[in-house]
Amino acid sequence: MKISYYPGCTLKTKAKNLESSALACLDALGVEYEELPRWNCCGAVYSLSDDDLIHLIAPVRDLIRVQEQGFDTVLTLCSMCYNTLARANELMKNDEVKRGTINDFMDEEPDYKGEIKVVHFLDFIRDEIGWDKLKANVKNPLNGMKLAPYYGCTLLRPGDVSIDKSNSPVVFEECMEALGAEIVKFPKAIECCGSYQVLGNPEAALKVSNDIITEATAFGAEAMALTCPLCDYNLGHRQEEMLKKYEGTKALPMFYFTQLMAVALGVDPENYNLDLNQAVSQEFLKGKNLLEKVST
Amino acid sequence: MPIKISKETADEQIRQKVKEISGEDFQKCYQCGTCSGSCPMADQITVLPRRVMALLQLGRKEALEEANTHWVCASCHMCVVRCPRGIDIAKVMESLRQLTLRKNEDIINPSEISKEDTAKLPQVAMVSGFRKLTS
Ligand code: SF4
Ligand code: SF4
Repeated sequence: MKISYYPGCTLKTKAKNLESSALACLDALGVEYEELPRWNCCGAVYSLSDDDLIHLIAPVRDLIRVQEQGFDTVLTLCSMCYNTLARANELMKNDEVKRGTINDFMDEEPDYKGEIKVVHFLDFIRDEIGWDKLKANVKNPLNGMKLAPYYGCTLLRPGDVSIDKSNSPVVFEECMEALGAEIVKFPKAIECCGSYQVLGNPEAALKVSNDIITEATAFGAEAMALTCPLCDYNLGHRQEEMLKKYEGTKALPMFYFTQLMAVALGVDPENYNLDLNQAVSQEFLKGKNLLEKVST
Repeated sequence: MPIKISKETADEQIRQKVKEISGEDFQKCYQCGTCSGSCPMADQITVLPRRVMALLQLGRKEALEEANTHWVCASCHMCVVRCPRGIDIAKVMESLRQLTLRKNEDIINPSEISKEDTAKLPQVAMVSGFRKLTS
C-alpha cells in the first residue's frame, strides 16, 4: 500500500531525528509513502473557539492537498500535527454548517467533506502492519531496556481523535514490547508535559515535566520513548534545568519511539540522527551496545 | 471563602460571551471536582477549574478576571475526557483567554524571547504558544 506523509514544520529541522528514523522504519517495513506536496503548517493547535473558523483553513487545506495527491490516508508523526489535522477532519466530516462556511471561503479550492483518514504512525503500525509482522522484522531486539513509553496529551484527547482508549491506552506499550523492550507502565504516561506553557509559564511547565520524569524513574524506567517534539523539549532538553532546580531528579535518556524502532529494525544508524538527542541519551544507547551491534 | 451573591454581583455579559465563544453550557456543571482532581496544573493555578465553573454560573466577572487558571491551563484535555457532565472545559478556558486576547492584549511578547531560546525552541512550541497567548 502507498500512503501520503505529512511532516509538519518541526520535523524538517529540530526534530529531524523523528522524521529520518520514522521514514527509515517505513522503508524497512516495506511501506511506500510520498511526502505531501505543498504542505503548510497545520497551526499546531486546534482552535477551541466555536466562532473561530479562520484557523481551520490551514489544516483543511492540507487535507485537500492529500485528496489532490490521490490518497485516502495521511500519515503523521508529530502528535500535535496529528491532533490538529484529525480534529479539523472530524469537524469537516460532522459539522455541515461550518463545513459549508469553510468551503465557501476557500472558493479557489475543491470542496472538502472530511473523506481523508488521518492516522498517526503508532496506530498505522498497529492496524496496517500488526505487531507480529513488526516483531518478525526485528533484528536487534531492545532486550533489557527498561522503557517507559510516554503518550502525552494529543494522541489520546479528546476522545473522538484518540488513537486508543483515552484513559487506558496500550498501543504504545504494545509497540515497544514488540521491539523487545521491557515496558515500564507509569500513571503519568498520559499526563501533560506543560506543552506551550514553556513560553507562558516556563516554571510551571518545568514542574509538571519534572514530576513525569521522577515518577517514571521511581517506577524503574531507565529510558523514555516519546512521540512529540514539544514533549521532547520539555522533558528532554530542559532536563539540565530540572537537575539544577529539583533535588533527587535523575537524568533520564529520551528517544523518539521511531529512533528505538530504527535501532531494533537494524536500519543504517545515520538515520537515527542521534546528535539531536541529549548527550545522556547517546551515552545510554552506546552503553547498551545497541549502536555497535547495528554498525557491524 | 464565603461569597455574597445578588443580582448586582452577577455579570450576565461574561456568562453570555463565554457560552457564545465556547459553545459550552457551564450551567450543566454539578461541582463534582473531577476536573480539579485531574488538572496537572492544579498546584500552579489560583482558582481550580471546578471553581471557575461555579464563578461562571454566578457571573463573577472580577473573580474570573483575577484568576490565572486559563493562563496556566495547558489545554491538555484531561478534565474534558473525565467530566461526567460532558462539558468541554478546555473550550471554556479558551473562551476566557479569548475575552482578553480579543482586546489586542498579549500575554507573552514574542520579541522578548531571547535569541538563545529561539534557536532552541521547537517550531511547534512557538506556534502553539503564540496561538494561545497572543492576540
Ligand atoms: S468535572 Fe465537570 S461536572 Fe465536575 S466540577 Fe468539573 S466541570 Fe463540573
Ligand atoms: S485542559 Fe486545562 S484546566 Fe483542563 S486539566 Fe488540562 S490544564 Fe487543567
